[in-house]
Amino acid sequence: MRNLASLLFIVGLAFLLLLVTGVFEFGNPPMRVGQGIQQVGPQEVGAANLVTAVVLGYRGIDTLGELSILFAAATAGGFVLGRHRLARSGAEAGFVLRTGADLLFPLLLVVGLYIVLHGHLTPGGGFQGGVIIATAFFVPLLARPGAALDHRWLALVEGLAGAAFIAIGLLALYRGGEFLQPFLEKGDFGSLVSAGTLPLLYLAVGLKVGAELAGLLARLAEPAGEEAA
Amino acid sequence: MLWLVIGLVVLMLAAAVAVLMLDNFLAATAAASVVSLGVALIFVWLRAPDVAMTEAAVGAGLSSLILALALRRLGLWRLDNPRQEARDDA
Repeated sequence: MRNLASLLFIVGLAFLLLLVTGVFEFGNPPMRVGQGIQQVGPQEVGAANLVTAVVLGYRGIDTLGELSILFAAATAGGFVLGRHRLARSGAEAGFVLRTGADLLFPLLLVVGLYIVLHGHLTPGGGFQGGVIIATAFFVPLLARPGAALDHRWLALVEGLAGAAFIAIGLLALYRGGEFLQPFLEKGDFGSLVSAGTLPLLYLAVGLKVGAELAGLLARLAEPAGEEAA
Repeated sequence: MLWLVIGLVVLMLAAAVAVLMLDNFLAATAAASVVSLGVALIFVWLRAPDVAMTEAAVGAGLSSLILALALRRLGLWRLDNPRQEARDDA
């Protein structure tokens, strides 16, 4: 019975894939909204990276939804994983791990911040850079099991960044535009200070994602409640 | 270029099967991140660097980290093979 179900699933999946590859020509999507955005995007938003123009400019409220889903998931994860215990005994990490962590931490932090701040110019942005920042803060935790991240600071950064994202959106509303519509000067196309509010929005996203995921990873790395007590 | 991608797809399929077949959970986690890395490279080939970066950071990095940490919490973090160990005991 179970084999039959798997077989049916595989046949159905193959049928769907054949349909998709047969009906749609590769590289020619049936929707024309992409072409339209490619034509007017650079003038309207001023971001060299069109993906960012879509993510924060044309579909900003989707990004807000994404942020809230991530927030809910991280909060639920923290709730399930329990409270932070200070008393803990862990084996000390080896020399290679400690030195590697010292070497990697600033490098990862710079790369993450670079990706966040250049989100409107080059591939990447708040989500990708935020994940890299979170792992940057996790690496020293691996090397020094006794150290702990201060969850109050993480919560503060996370809350302020999320509030800043919504505040920028409301400010756009106050100035007579739509919610989260980019405003401020567009600047020179392709320079660091350009595309209006998009870099600020991505900075908020990066800080929020970074703080959230760093907190989640730190909670996961802590020993379980019963073991620690 | 096409042959490179075909090789990559074969590698990814092998890693995906390895995830199911491996007895060691830590090795299975590593194999799952190999699949993610392959997907990221294919995204680069398809000229979607933004998606590739997300896949590399989230799929290969963060999710395997979370899986590995979950394994540690569950007490399944072992470098040796559990089935082998059972055979040795018997």
